[in-house]
Amino acid sequence: MGQTLLQKVWDLHTVRRLPTGRTQLFVGLHLIHEVTTPQAFDMLRRRGIGVAFPERTYGTVDHIIPTLDQARPFADDLAEQMMSAFERNCREFGIRTAGLNSDWQGIVHIIGPELGLTQPGMTIACGDSHTSTHGAFGAIAFGIGTSQVRDVLASQCLAIDPLKVRRITVSGDLGRGVYAKDVILEIIARLGVRGGVGYAYEYGGPAVARMTMDERMTMCNMSIEGGARIGYVNPDETTFAYLQGKPFAPAGGAFEGAKAWWRTMASDADAVYDDIVEIDAGAIEPRVTWGINPGQSVGVTERIPDPGMVGEDAGAIGEALDFMGFAPGAPVSGTAVDVAFVGSCTNARLSDLREAARVARGRKVAPRVRALVVPGSKQVLQAAEAEGLHEVFQEAGFEWRGAGCSMCLAMNPDRLNGREVCASSSNRNFKGRQGSPTGRTLLMSPAMVAAAAVSGEVTDVRTML
Amino acid sequence: MIELRPVDRVEGTAVPLRGNNVDTDRIIPARFLKALTFDGLGAHVFQDDRTSMPGHPFANAAYAGASILLVNENFGSGSSREHAPQALRRWGIQACVGQSFSEIFLGNATTIGLPCATAPASDIEALMAAVEDEPGTPMVLSVRARSITAAGRTIPLSLPAVVRDSLLTGQWDATGLLLSEFEDVRRVASRLPYVKGF
Ligand code: SF4
Repeated sequence: MGQTLLQKVWDLHTVRRLPTGRTQLFVGLHLIHEVTTPQAFDMLRRRGIGVAFPERTYGTVDHIIPTLDQARPFADDLAEQMMSAFERNCREFGIRTAGLNSDWQGIVHIIGPELGLTQPGMTIACGDSHTSTHGAFGAIAFGIGTSQVRDVLASQCLAIDPLKVRRITVSGDLGRGVYAKDVILEIIARLGVRGGVGYAYEYGGPAVARMTMDERMTMCNMSIEGGARIGYVNPDETTFAYLQGKPFAPAGGAFEGAKAWWRTMASDADAVYDDIVEIDAGAIEPRVTWGINPGQSVGVTERIPDPGMVGEDAGAIGEALDFMGFAPGAPVSGTAVDVAFVGSCTNARLSDLREAARVARGRKVAPRVRALVVPGSKQVLQAAEAEGLHEVFQEAGFEWRGAGCSMCLAMNPDRLNGREVCASSSNRNFKGRQGSPTGRTLLMSPAMVAAAAVSGEVTDVRTML
Repeated sequence: MIELRPVDRVEGTAVPLRGNNVDTDRIIPARFLKALTFDGLGAHVFQDDRTSMPGHPFANAAYAGASILLVNENFGSGSSREHAPQALRRWGIQACVGQSFSEIFLGNATTIGLPCATAPASDIEALMAAVEDEPGTPMVLSVRARSITAAGRTIPLSLPAVVRDSLLTGQWDATGLLLSEFEDVRRVASRLPYVKGF
């Protein structure tokens, strides 16, 4: 009987079965950032424990850093304290970092792949739920809490329970103006925000096979929004080609050796899944969220649901519409926006910026709309500037910022004010997510964000390409 | 810092929080994550919901001092921030009972010795109704017996054996356990192609 990639990686990394019944799983790569680690380092110090495998740990700063003025000390004293604590902790425990001044700095889930730290067949953990992103490379990657960060620092291991695997096969061709973001929003809308609890999502099928690594990362990134702690794609030639030449990827003869092993770290053709779901990419249109969780989305030509029409979810729909202030049954297209944000670990890679720039080129941001583009990493920023994307955005009236999480969760000065509506390429539309308790977020692809920015309202980007 | 000790009985009153998919951004908004310790988080539990939703249970004096949190489905979805269960604990919550919990929240809660047990919707409804009718209704949750007793009725709870045992033995903090056979860890590391070199 064939095995899934999850089972193979799991078995290879299992240290033992703990007396508690959990699996002690070795973590091949531990990524850390400034927000979820200070308490973990303090716990280590208090117990007099060191970091077991500092060479398997890598840090960067992303969540709290300002994207405008990065001069130290930061204007925000608390942010400055967290920055300094992170720098001190990494120095004290001998952990390599891509710090604020490094050319490798950026959102942790963007730099891991970019630097070739993320590789097929690995287990990866990070104190952030979007660690699922790294599964795009055929790694088993999951988000953990701060006490688990402490566990991994101390032992390079996690105590964890096994997961089931749901295979999600995507066939057909994506239409023009339809992106990986739309596919994953469709999947979450279909399976629900808690549909993936207890599962790892394995994405495959012809449409996924044709996707670039950037697109696969967007899919895996949002697995957690569907309740699945892990999402992954079996590694293939696209994966290997991406990794070749990356700073931390195996080089020379070792790369061929690695490739041979990576090829074995994929689900067998006769692997048995706990569940199988099929999606037709050809039927998907650009999607927009209208509510307060990422499962509440519709196609751009569709209408906002009416609680009166939808029976069982009426309560949830009603609560969402109350908060959003949207009329039930209204077309989602035409919804006015105040802010447009292109950024986040979901959609701030070079290809995302290119798609947004394609729409912005030669157009102007609508009056009253505040629009910003925040590259996901310094490497993305530099590559984008090398091809002049920053000028395209600036000429159109977008602000061009430094790399970081920015308005995805607004732990830095970038945030919504009051009840502003934001067209956002990020991953969460929870109440208050973008920094204003009453702020409203509409999730969509970067191209759709650019379309909303220039027209001042939710617009079908297919009419603008 | 939270002390490692066995967790079994939780006695006290309950606070009912209705609604599915209550995410961790709501439990503790991101701006309160800008802190070097978990101390002080208790004061900010549901900060934005409390101020914007009149009658929010965490703003209702009738439920002040509650130690058991009653919730519906998929509680704690979204961000992996351990600050969410840490904040609840620091507010005074010592156990959660709901229809279901998000996986990361459940893991984080267990790791800090906060039991999260589940029960069918009808039982949760009965418990919520009981405490809404009469806030201050005393409840007793037993990890060992996997049950909660309120208003003269005992309701069975589901709690995975792994979680129950780790709470009862006080081994809910995994660090010690994970370090206890460290040679095995080195052995596994050394057999991984990407560690030993391709
Ligand atoms: S971009 Fe947003 S979702 Fe991604 S790591 Fe940063 S805060 Fe988290």
